[in-house]
Amino acid sequence: MLRATLLVIAFCLALPAQMATAQDSPLQTLLQSQAGEVAKPGRRSVGVVIDALVAETPEGTALFLERWQNKGVFLNETDGLFYYAQKSGDGYELFDIATDTPVGTATKDELTEIRPNGGVRRVIGGALVQFQLSDPDKERRTAALDAILRSPDASQIEPLRASIEGEPDNALRARKERLANLLTARFGASTDDRITAINALSGTIDVDSRAALNQILTKSASVAPELPQDANIARVLTVGEDISQQDAYAQLVDAGLAPERQTADTIKARLSDNIVDGRVGGIPVGQLSSEENRERAYAALAQAGTVPPLVTDETVQAAIATHAFFETYAESDAVITTAAETALSEVEARVARNQIFDVSLDAISLASIYFLAAIGLAITFGVMGVINMAHGEFIMMGAYTGYVVQQIIPDYTLSLVVALPLAFAVTFAAGVAMERLVIRWLYHRPLETLLATFGISIALQQLAKNIFGTQARPLTSPGWLDGAWVINDVVQIANIRIAIFVLALIFLGLILFVLNKTRLGLEVRAVTQNPGMAASMGINPDRINMLTFGLGSGIAGIAGVAIGLYAKVTSEMGADYIVQSFMTVVVGGVGNVWGTLAGATLIGGLQKGIEWFNPSNTLAAQTYMILFIILFIQFRPRGIVALKGRAAGD
Amino acid sequence: MKRKSFVAENPSILWFLAALALFTIFVTAMSEAAGIGVVSTSFIKTLGKTLCLCLIAVAMDIVWGYCGILSLGHFAFFGLGGYAIGMWLMYARTEIIVTESLSAAAIPPTPEEIHDAVATQIFGVVGTNEFPLIWAFADSLFMQLAFVILVPGLLALVFGWLAFRSRVTGVYLSILTQAMTLALSLYLFQNDSGLRGNNGLSGLQNIPYLGDVPQSMISIAFFWASALALALGYVLCAYVVSGKMGSVIRGIRDNESRVRFLGYHVESYKLFVFTLTAVIAAIAGALYYPQAGIINPAEIAPIASIYLAVWVAIGGRGRLYGAVIGAAFVSLLSSWFTGGGAPSIPLGFYTIQWTDWWLVLLGLSFVAVTLLAPQGIGGLFDLIGKKSKSEGAK
Amino acid sequence: MMNTLLELSGVSVSFDGFKAINNLSFQIGEPELRAIIGPNGAGKTTFMDIITGKTRPDEGRVIWGEKSVSLLKLSESQIARAGIGRKFQKPTVFEAQTVRENLAMALKNERSPFSVLFYRKTKEGAEKIEALAEEIGLTDELTRVAGELSHGQKQWLEIGMLLAQDPRLLLVDEPAAGMTPAEREHTTDLLRRAAETRAVVVVEHDMEFVRRLDCRVTVLHEGSVLAEGSLEHVTANQDVIDVYLGR
Repeated sequence: MLRATLLVIAFCLALPAQMATAQDSPLQTLLQSQAGEVAKPGRRSVGVVIDALVAETPEGTALFLERWQNKGVFLNETDGLFYYAQKSGDGYELFDIATDTPVGTATKDELTEIRPNGGVRRVIGGALVQFQLSDPDKERRTAALDAILRSPDASQIEPLRASIEGEPDNALRARKERLANLLTARFGASTDDRITAINALSGTIDVDSRAALNQILTKSASVAPELPQDANIARVLTVGEDISQQDAYAQLVDAGLAPERQTADTIKARLSDNIVDGRVGGIPVGQLSSEENRERAYAALAQAGTVPPLVTDETVQAAIATHAFFETYAESDAVITTAAETALSEVEARVARNQIFDVSLDAISLASIYFLAAIGLAITFGVMGVINMAHGEFIMMGAYTGYVVQQIIPDYTLSLVVALPLAFAVTFAAGVAMERLVIRWLYHRPLETLLATFGISIALQQLAKNIFGTQARPLTSPGWLDGAWVINDVVQIANIRIAIFVLALIFLGLILFVLNKTRLGLEVRAVTQNPGMAASMGINPDRINMLTFGLGSGIAGIAGVAIGLYAKVTSEMGADYIVQSFMTVVVGGVGNVWGTLAGATLIGGLQKGIEWFNPSNTLAAQTYMILFIILFIQFRPRGIVALKGRAAGD
Repeated sequence: MKRKSFVAENPSILWFLAALALFTIFVTAMSEAAGIGVVSTSFIKTLGKTLCLCLIAVAMDIVWGYCGILSLGHFAFFGLGGYAIGMWLMYARTEIIVTESLSAAAIPPTPEEIHDAVATQIFGVVGTNEFPLIWAFADSLFMQLAFVILVPGLLALVFGWLAFRSRVTGVYLSILTQAMTLALSLYLFQNDSGLRGNNGLSGLQNIPYLGDVPQSMISIAFFWASALALALGYVLCAYVVSGKMGSVIRGIRDNESRVRFLGYHVESYKLFVFTLTAVIAAIAGALYYPQAGIINPAEIAPIASIYLAVWVAIGGRGRLYGAVIGAAFVSLLSSWFTGGGAPSIPLGFYTIQWTDWWLVLLGLSFVAVTLLAPQGIGGLFDLIGKKSKSEGAK
Repeated sequence: MMNTLLELSGVSVSFDGFKAINNLSFQIGEPELRAIIGPNGAGKTTFMDIITGKTRPDEGRVIWGEKSVSLLKLSESQIARAGIGRKFQKPTVFEAQTVRENLAMALKNERSPFSVLFYRKTKEGAEKIEALAEEIGLTDELTRVAGELSHGQKQWLEIGMLLAQDPRLLLVDEPAAGMTPAEREHTTDLLRRAAETRAVVVVEHDMEFVRRLDCRVTVLHEGSVLAEGSLEHVTANQDVIDVYLGR
């Protein structure tokens, strides 16, 4: 009995105590004061609750807002209090909203889940952000900043500034400061604050700052009989220069200041609506096949009041002449818009400089690719005077070698390490075979070499198509080559392109070394300059030609792997590079590694430069580039780095 | 003495003309138009197109086989000729269709309405409804015919003048001509090129104002026109390469600087040959594309001009009939193989489908011809000719 | 002294820093036969290249004819038409064409493409070709393809082509190289006869041949004139001896 009594007492003590915590928490109290709004929040009216919560910030507010937003808050119908609940067995376990501690259970019928609609959830989210800004979890703080950036408004400035002080992470703190500045620029309380913030923005380059400045400078086109005195006018438009007559009149029509102009189609429709006995306005239908007669017919109809009078050029001009066309800023304070314009032009100038830098980086990477693709060709052309039209197909063979290796070795890094020398070996062998079987019989007949190697080119291309099919094959780059090196919002360069640049540099060095420092290079140069003399000194020109051709082809194979990593591997990929490679060699000057480098740089730079001026159209860029090269050849027929004198020969 | 001597010195011209005439009459007699139909209308078109290809091959032979300029850009002129005539064909036919459909309305159309509707019809596919400037004369057959000659002729003249003036020769020149045709085809691939981008011009087989004439008759007419053009082109080219002109241009091929030191302005001769052959190529193209029905920028991709060189090489360059034989042989063989006409060869473990392997065969046989028989098929005729000569001497 | 036909003064040209011709001055009248000798690399071929317009000098003047035309402004073909013919060291005839065609091409006539296209063979032309063939001893070979000729015959054909051009100045580069003694004699006769009516400059290595030409000799060395005069005179010159024997 005693035990039972004790138990009852204990229960009686415990239960009120528990209920008391729930009822007494400032959060619960505050919510109870607006219970109806909390349980059935409306997008417009919920602000009252949130304002109150934010103003007092009782313990547990942040968690409550989050749960509220995510439909985690329940109303217990029996006591009218709010709880968090978790399903357990048949019923629900209840948690105190202030402390998130278990406080009892309830059945399903007792509880009502609070389901705020989308609009309300957004409002809650907005309020939540300021709590998340100081969240211990760094990712949530970052997410909060993202959220602010997505939908910035004035109310966020204060909490954001408040959170800067306690921010432990330096990068995030910098970001917060930037963001606070951005918000101040747009929504700052005083003009001075905003100007200071705007001036600070002029030193930036990132997309967000530019967006913010552009937001401040939002303009809208307007028309009025007179220029308004009170508006913050961005500029006055002169019809015929800043705005076409047609657009100007359309604006007048939109503003309800002028009647709509009849199009040829509406005139025609009105005419066909009003055919009476095969005549319109007294003119036979058969004669309406000229603009003039149609206008006369329409005028007759207008005279009779059947259709609205024709808006003629004269009326249009008169209407335009009596109106002012201008653009106004959405921001009414001229001081701010002026500051923003200045800041924006500074930012844009900086962006332009960075873009030029970015384009230069692009050009360098393109030049590296052209260099890799062309250097093999330049060697064979320079040393042997042989044009190898199948050079592009050697590039393709290299790329397919890389692809096949990846099928066997799944590790991308390892397969790349294997593929590079293997591609060299495969194309070296192919080159040597081709030299032995075909080219060697055609020395001194360069045009025929060109055609014979072209025959090999189409055969190889079709062979690749038969083996690998027509669809593009992937050559996947290792993970560490993915991604890009981001310098700022404007300048970035893909890692793979950096790798190709490095590869090109390595090959430049390697080739210079081979040609200038080795016995083979010496012999190659000897054969280039005077094959007869070289032969008489015990150099075997046959062997040199074979090795040179192999070397040139082998480099093409390696270029193929490199190109395959960032472009697609198809049987036609060689053809895409062959003309550019020829251009590179021709422009650079034959028989000189530096010439090829200069040619590749010129062509890569030119192509990127033209693309920059006309970014939508890479086809046009290529067209103009080729035209430029044709003209360039006029002035330097022997390329940038030309051999002079009798050695150049005929 | 003179004119007689030209044909008398070149009996092969008569042989060629006779063979061409016989062939033309025979094919016509066997056609559907003549009521026999052994030769289908589509095959007549193939033959007509082949004759056009023979004509451009003859032009190529002059410029490469005789003058030593390996032009890898003559298909650009061929294509431009096709585009020039195609513009009129497409405009005139669309105008007829549009006028008909607009006439159904209650009120008769104005000329402006028709013009705009034609523009919408033709250029809707590239997202515009206005005529580009280059279509200013598209409604005039006469002007477009003039453009067939003027546009490629002028391009060849300017390009040739630039290239020859700076003494670009040999493989450099080949690559430069290839660059020219690549630039042109890339330009035409753009939608705002004014020539419908990669859609090209289509429906060219439907000749305006001849809607009631059956295709079998039209195909015969074009076949005859192509044969006539080939005959005239052949005689013209034969005249150019005979006599002193031929002597000079062959001299340029073999030793350019010797000709220069003899006092000939080599550049003018090259320019003359280059431009003349460009015009011949353009005329061939203007006859080809109405038979093909469609022209698009892919037609003038660099590869086409290289094939042209292949035909001439296989036929045997430096002899005009060789070019004709090469073009006819290779292009007909090619359509036989790629059209699935050739039987597959089962090897047990693998079956050789000619549609897949024809290009491999062509490429390799081309290497073989260059290596083993630089005189090409035409070289065989020379051998026969020599043999009969030496036998006659005995 | 006869009229000066060609005059070079202060001509220099260098290739990649190497001075091939160094302040060279030279003149020749009409008619005259002149031999130019000099060791390898003395600039003999470059000298001819400059006169015929193949190489443009860095400085100096090249003056031609009574009207004192500067050759530096003319193209190769214009220079040839002005009356300067050149024979290369290696015989360069059109090997794929007959001897008659070779000569016909060289015959002095209008050189523009259209006049060539509509050119009709004439009786005078045929007679001229016959006469030239007679002169160079190739009458029986007129219908043969030039590629089939012997080395010496090709040299003569090339000289014949020069004569067909009817030039006022002939530049002949090592005409006797690779010839038999009998052929040399014929060549010597040809050149001496040609020099009766025009200026002929012969570049030659072979002293024996030069002796047989029996004419004024100019010695080139390192791109400029070392000595000039009769063969006896120049061979007695100490500088010339040093250059030829001293190395």
